[in-house]
Amino acid sequence: MQTTLQIAANGLMLGALYACIAVGFSLVWGVLNVINMLHGSFIVLGGYMAFFAWRDLGVHPLVSLAVIAGLLFLLGWGLQYGIINRVVMQPVLTTLTLTFGLDMIVYNFMTLAFTATPRRIVLDLGNIEFLGVVMPVDRIVAMVLALALTGLLFAVLRSSKLGRAIVAVRMDRDAAALMGIRVDRIYAITFGIGALMAGACGSLLAVVYPVTSSMTGLFLGKAFVVCVIGGLGSVPGALIGGLSLGFIESAAGHWLGPQDAMTIGFVLMILLLMTKPTGLLGKQGYE
Amino acid sequence: MRSSAFFILSMLVLAAAPFIADNYVVRLCTFLCMYAALALSWNFIGGYAGYPSFATAGFFGLGAYAGALTQNLGLWLPLPWLFATVVVALFAAGLGFAILRMKGHYFAIGSISIVEILRLLASSWAQLTGGGDGLNVRILPGGPDYAGRVFLYSMMAVMIAAFITMLCVDRSRLGFGLRCIKQNEDAADMIGIDVTSYKTAAFTLSAMYCGTIGAIYASWVAYIDPSDAFSILLTLKVPVMTLLGGPGTVYGPILGAWVFVLLEEMIWAKFLEYNRAILGAVIVLLIFALPGGLLRMQWRRKWPSSVFGLPGLNRLKESR
Repeated sequence: MQTTLQIAANGLMLGALYACIAVGFSLVWGVLNVINMLHGSFIVLGGYMAFFAWRDLGVHPLVSLAVIAGLLFLLGWGLQYGIINRVVMQPVLTTLTLTFGLDMIVYNFMTLAFTATPRRIVLDLGNIEFLGVVMPVDRIVAMVLALALTGLLFAVLRSSKLGRAIVAVRMDRDAAALMGIRVDRIYAITFGIGALMAGACGSLLAVVYPVTSSMTGLFLGKAFVVCVIGGLGSVPGALIGGLSLGFIESAAGHWLGPQDAMTIGFVLMILLLMTKPTGLLGKQGYE
Repeated sequence: MRSSAFFILSMLVLAAAPFIADNYVVRLCTFLCMYAALALSWNFIGGYAGYPSFATAGFFGLGAYAGALTQNLGLWLPLPWLFATVVVALFAAGLGFAILRMKGHYFAIGSISIVEILRLLASSWAQLTGGGDGLNVRILPGGPDYAGRVFLYSMMAVMIAAFITMLCVDRSRLGFGLRCIKQNEDAADMIGIDVTSYKTAAFTLSAMYCGTIGAIYASWVAYIDPSDAFSILLTLKVPVMTLLGGPGTVYGPILGAWVFVLLEEMIWAKFLEYNRAILGAVIVLLIFALPGGLLRMQWRRKWPSSVFGLPGLNRLKESR
């Protein structure tokens, strides 16, 4: 019983972070129809920036989070506005190859600047014990913040003018353009938001796990799986997908070992792609 | 005619390499043949059928492991390579039925995950594959000069086999059907093309030679590990080579692979620290400056269509 509760608590923590990892990726895929291979590098970049701000400048990660999110937004906005927008209407082979090429450039300079040493922010806030389940406080903080960020994105998309414009472009690009929405700007802002979520999530991850540049592919893989499980282009979908993957990995990691837990995630994804490619909550329109 | 003359001439040069040049050049020539064969294979599914497959490294790695494991049983050398080819072809045919129902983005994601799943399996199934420690393969006896020749000619044979298969496909109903699928799959289905079996055939063809090449590669380097055999970079490089040369043409993949490998060897291998960034920049430039590949550049108007050796495709383009 206690073991089950501990597994569930770990799954919840993992799931919240996975949802946060995937939600920006899912937004970009849903609105722009672009598979953003840069997503993993954005996450690691956010993590590294948070670490160096904490170690060298003494800035608390919760403070630097806002700055990092802003910087990543600018980076994403610039990349989309200057480069990706030019080929955004082309088939997936072109856009995916292009983002992969950009990812290699970002990855290269990131590794040169920060080296590939695993970095972790150690806050040492102690543990909380509840019903026999032990959870470090820094993990709980990261989990709550990840859920809060995801909820914030949901609120922005649902109720702000900008959010409604993004949803409109997602539903029908041409009709949105006829209604006076500047589609290219919405694309750039959406990509920026995707990068912002990735950067914020990366700084949260650096509090929980050691982050290193060789983990970009790992995070990208998680984003794939969560998107496919939950369904594309919706915040609740990413949340459901992230939590499902968190619980599955936590359980499989306990009974089968961590290596097989990842394989199970990917196999599950292939099976879902074959049987229900829209995902558990997939539908038209981004909300 | 001119391009087939170039092709035959370059084959002769490659074949003569061991007699006129040192082992470094022979090794480079072996890489030229290897990547050309991989790019030709990718062309079946990516160039003709227009499906963005990123599963190349999966087939390559599966072939490498299948070949290495059977070779270590002590079989006579071409047998493990044949075995790897059959294993990978069967695997791709079965997989094709499963993942070819997806389209576009979903297919791309699905095919990348195949590489990931196979890599994870190879690292976790340590009793069979040696896991992350890798797998040593028996070294071919006879000294480096002899081995260099054997592997060069084996890779070349696979490349030529892939090329001849491509010519046959290009001129057959299969090639025509695949081009129809690329343009509009639903319409192709409507006019009576058996879309599922055509796509599966293209997918299997695209995998088969990758398996052979993987097995030969394993015997050649005599050591494989999961991250080398199922490398995510390989899975991207091969489509990029084909895009560089001109997807959906018969000479494009060979040209693209050769230009790419030679550039890599001569230019960016000198900048070790910036290797990835330069490759990334090449990809970005390629997409903006050469969207149709080297063979479809503007100067095609000056040269007659025979340069491409592809009258069928040009006719299709004109009639559109």
